[in-house]
Amino acid sequence: MSSGPTTDQPMLEGSGIEKYFGAFRVLKAVDFAVAPGEAVGIVGPNGAGKTTLFGVLAGALPPSAGTVRFAGTDLTGTGAASRCRSGIARTHQVPRPFLGMSVFENTLAAARFGAGLGERAAADCAAEALERTGLMHHANRPAAALGLLDRKRLELARALATRPRVLLLDEIGGGLTEAELNLLVALIGQLKSDGLTIVWIEHILHALVRVIDRLVCMSAGAVIAQGRPEVVMADAEVRRAYLGGGVA
Amino acid sequence: MLDALIQGILLGGYYAILAAGLSLMFGVVRFINLAHGDLAILGAYLVLFAVEVLGLSPWVAVAATLPIMALIGWLLQATWFARTVKGGFLLPLLTTFGLGAVLQNGMFGLFGSDTKSLGNHIGNLSWASWQLPFGISVGQLPVITFVVAVTVLGTLQLVLSFTRLGRAIRATASDPEAAELSGIDARAVHRAAAAIAVALAGLAGAFLAMRALINPYAGPAQLIFAFEAVVIGGIGSLWGTLIGGIVLGVAQSLGATVSAQGFQLAGHLVFLAVLGVRLYLAHSRNLGGWRSLLPALKPGRKPAARLQHATSEGRS
Repeated sequence: MSSGPTTDQPMLEGSGIEKYFGAFRVLKAVDFAVAPGEAVGIVGPNGAGKTTLFGVLAGALPPSAGTVRFAGTDLTGTGAASRCRSGIARTHQVPRPFLGMSVFENTLAAARFGAGLGERAAADCAAEALERTGLMHHANRPAAALGLLDRKRLELARALATRPRVLLLDEIGGGLTEAELNLLVALIGQLKSDGLTIVWIEHILHALVRVIDRLVCMSAGAVIAQGRPEVVMADAEVRRAYLGGGVA
Repeated sequence: MLDALIQGILLGGYYAILAAGLSLMFGVVRFINLAHGDLAILGAYLVLFAVEVLGLSPWVAVAATLPIMALIGWLLQATWFARTVKGGFLLPLLTTFGLGAVLQNGMFGLFGSDTKSLGNHIGNLSWASWQLPFGISVGQLPVITFVVAVTVLGTLQLVLSFTRLGRAIRATASDPEAAELSGIDARAVHRAAAAIAVALAGLAGAFLAMRALINPYAGPAQLIFAFEAVVIGGIGSLWGTLIGGIVLGVAQSLGATVSAQGFQLAGHLVFLAVLGVRLYLAHSRNLGGWRSLLPALKPGRKPAARLQHATSEGRS
């Protein structure tokens, strides 16, 4: 916790999070917190439980034990839709656009429901999200016609259109070219300076460290190290988890 | 011949109303409701009850029944259907099959086994007709049914395309979990869709009772017709449902000109033909259809390669 803005109350906090899939313990008493305005990166080998942690934080998966708090309010029992409306947005690793709708309608639905805006205000909010993510010229195309990169952009645009306070990004940089990645990093940096709290799961470390204040490393369902990125990556246990997992 | 064609097209209107609810449930909630036909008959009996016991006029009775049917749909989804979906794909089939049996016997207990009809409560409408040029006459009730069908589907289309609820329904149909992440309460959307679907079933039942005799066990036959219309027209497509209903209606009505039994037979045959062509085309898109059972008509394409395509492409 050496850097990054901190206040006494975390923006989003999971404490003692346990998650079992059948008998398999995917998350082992994970404590995770992010302060308002902070940007946190999460790394870890495949199967470490990163995406499962996102599922629990965003409300898609009920935790087997533990609590999730958002700006001091206990949200553990609430569903994903109500958490979205209260300000938690999440993108999927594999984009999941509403295929039967236009690109604009995808973001419009998010603004209408997630941000709870009226029709006119929602249209402005949706347009703004498309503008920021560089999708405006695709606004009237069917979402099904988009390629992978643009689907990833739409995933982000839809999350932004819900007017979130916390943005959970799940491997949004994967499969992007260096130039595209630079644009993405610039955008996420901008969102952070706008005051958005960001949690970003990513394997592409050099992109991650340009935005984040703090790095969290997970392995086998537990947080094994956290702190300044260079310190975490130098950690012996982290190196073992990564080299053991064969991920560089 | 032309006469039978027109009768068939108009009959398609009834099938479209009946099938639209089934299609909506499948497309949005991913739920196959085997009690859909029985719910239609329940709607018909509620209208009959309102007319015969409460003394309402038939059209007022229909209007009053629709919200009741919508409420029934909402409650079924909230208390029952939503739970069964979690138990795998077989459980909804079994529970709605059971619900159908309960409805049939419940209606038998409440309303008796006599065949009934709304026909004698709507004046001469059930047999009156309009004369068209070339000596063709069209029944007034079928025309009204068809107009209502087009109006209902058109309204549904407008709601789906341009309203807040419509976008929520389409988003949920596409991906319930992603919809939740956009702040849409997918379960509430499912309840709304079930309410619309059951109300549509009730409306169809009312029209059935106006032109024909019904009894408590008439539901399953209507379910089959609805299924056939949905499959012929393409699942999840509103206007496809109307086309499917019309194709089914025309086939039945042409079949009836051949022989009295031809009515049902021709409908089923067209349904099977469409199903066969669908599977065949599905195969030609490497999705694996019945043609893969035939020896290589096109040499040089290995079944194993097709199978790989099938898994990677999925439904497109």
